[in-house]
Amino acid sequence: MKRILKPRERERMLGTLYSAPMGLWFTLFFTIPISIIILYSFLKRGLYGGVEWEFSLSAYRQMFNPSFAKVLFRTVWISIISTLFCLLIALPCGYAMAKSKHQTFLLFLIIIPFWTNSLIRIYAWISILSSEGFLNTLLKNLGLIDQSLSLIYNNQAVIVVLIYMYLPFAILPLFTTIDKFDFSLLDAARDLGATKLESIIKVMIPNIKSGVSTAFIFTFIPIFGAYTVPLLVGGKDSTMIGNIIVDQVSKTRNWPLASAFSMVLTLISLIGVFWMLYSGKKELHQEKNNQQALEQNIKTHHSQRGKK
Amino acid sequence: MKGVEVTAQRVSRSYGDFKALDNVSVQIKKGEFFSLLGPSGCGKTTLLRIIAGFDFPDSGSVAFDNKDILPLPPEKRQANTVFQTYALFPHLTVYENIAFPLRLRRTDKATVEQKVMEYVKLVQLEGHINKKPSMLSGGQKQRVAIARALINEPSVLLLDEPLSALDAKLRQNLLVELDLIHDKVGITFIYVTHDQSEALSVSDRIAVMNQGKILQIGTPYEIYEAPATRFVASFIGETNIFPCTVLSCEAHGEEFLLRLDVPQLQDEVFVTDFEAQEVGASLDFTVRPEKIRISHTPPRSNNATMNTFKGIVEEPIYSGFQSKFFIKLEKEPSTLVKVFKQHTVFLEEGPEIQWKDTVYVSWSANDGYLVKDTEQ
Repeated sequence: MKRILKPRERERMLGTLYSAPMGLWFTLFFTIPISIIILYSFLKRGLYGGVEWEFSLSAYRQMFNPSFAKVLFRTVWISIISTLFCLLIALPCGYAMAKSKHQTFLLFLIIIPFWTNSLIRIYAWISILSSEGFLNTLLKNLGLIDQSLSLIYNNQAVIVVLIYMYLPFAILPLFTTIDKFDFSLLDAARDLGATKLESIIKVMIPNIKSGVSTAFIFTFIPIFGAYTVPLLVGGKDSTMIGNIIVDQVSKTRNWPLASAFSMVLTLISLIGVFWMLYSGKKELHQEKNNQQALEQNIKTHHSQRGKK
Repeated sequence: MKGVEVTAQRVSRSYGDFKALDNVSVQIKKGEFFSLLGPSGCGKTTLLRIIAGFDFPDSGSVAFDNKDILPLPPEKRQANTVFQTYALFPHLTVYENIAFPLRLRRTDKATVEQKVMEYVKLVQLEGHINKKPSMLSGGQKQRVAIARALINEPSVLLLDEPLSALDAKLRQNLLVELDLIHDKVGITFIYVTHDQSEALSVSDRIAVMNQGKILQIGTPYEIYEAPATRFVASFIGETNIFPCTVLSCEAHGEEFLLRLDVPQLQDEVFVTDFEAQEVGASLDFTVRPEKIRISHTPPRSNNATMNTFKGIVEEPIYSGFQSKFFIKLEKEPSTLVKVFKQHTVFLEEGPEIQWKDTVYVSWSANDGYLVKDTEQ
């Protein structure tokens, strides 16, 4: 006999069905590779690459090498500086875009760089920054300098190119939240005695917090794992964690150590994501509370009226 | 009397080809409850934004007590605004919203608390101070906005259609409260609205605006009873307006008695006015529906200047305390005359005047008036 499903059961079955392709994709290309990396990080390195199937914590012990600590430290400060600059530039950009009449056009301009492969864009930066590059030639022709400045193969070049690469990821979420922001609140703040700067710091920033945290995560996490930028425009003292992982896989052939570093990256990203989820949940929770309080408020109001 | 005198002189403001304000001059007295009344797009909000400092005139001057305020940014002006959309800060509680202006001036904690509670009391929001704006009803939000705007002790309070987002009953209550608050704080209130009943009920004086110009400034009584132009007559309250030509004009004591030819009434109409008009001049004749008497029998009047017309009740609209009738005239069936009648006595068989009844409508010469059509 054919069993007739109740609507709720049907819904549940359909839900499973709809999410199947996504689930399959995540299992094949995300969960399985991540599990392999976790597994490898706890194994012994093979002599010519690969792993030996024997439990070992040596990969994690090797991480506490002072030279790695230096790289980790550098990765952290380069990431923080680049992310902060991204946010500081993206904030006025997002503001201007939200206020502009040509939003679609400006969004289009932000998308354009993505049409070109990122490697090619990094090479473009090399040709701009190198000693005989565009910028040095320009400055020489203008007579501002006599000798080429060393603009490339150092940490500053890494930071500049990282900011360039990840700026759109900061602008887009900031633009969407600022676009939803009620600008009459700024008028109100000015009216009540705030200067323009005070009105932005005290009224606008607290109200676009969710956009700021999204922009932070969208830029900080990829910058933290960056390896092409430091590889191509950085000097010998610009290595970041991403470069170590590549080196451990392809040169030193220490796969467990590469896996262990990947675990560090993943954990730091996870912390970021959980922080975002947590703050989002808190906001949601607050909204719900507010709604309940409003209903309560209306109820008591009515009952008071009734008494009168 | 607290507050300042607000003077705008020859203020103009254009957006592209659109003249939002066209050479507007107005003088608002100290401590006055002054309304700017007009349809949307008439320039009233632009004038308010110029006074607040959010907009800047192309030409003209604005002064508080003869001191030019145009060079000052909004935060330096002795005026605070209550916004149409409330513009409460969503991330702050009611208490912090009201305390916001004080916090900006780094007022000490004890003073902040004492002043905030004073204004919370003024707008009757005790018990709500720890709520976020999203937890408040529309009326409560507007009270917060009023308290927040008043706590700086400004000399002028600017109100930009503050009640338009509220329902009718609440609007009436808040309007009365607003009037009481005005009496208590005693500063100059400038109230922008498109709702003529709001403006009439609370204002000391009203400026009626249309198409960037001020058409008339006066007390509610003057504006309603002696409108200066055709627009004012039709915008404030309801009225009957007919184009007319002056047939004769003779002095009658202090007034003038005019005989008019009104084609839409197919008859002559008598009207008294304080101004003499040239014979042959084209004007508009208007009479308010509540000034017209309606009866089944011709009015027994020995006054020769009584205007009486016979007609049929085309459309009775009952609204409880009164009825509105549209009367189709016998002599000119294409003209409908609007008449209000109060229901002062209860009749078992229903209202005295019914649909399709033959009736007489009449008004005396000093109930009608003449207006000029200045817009064209």
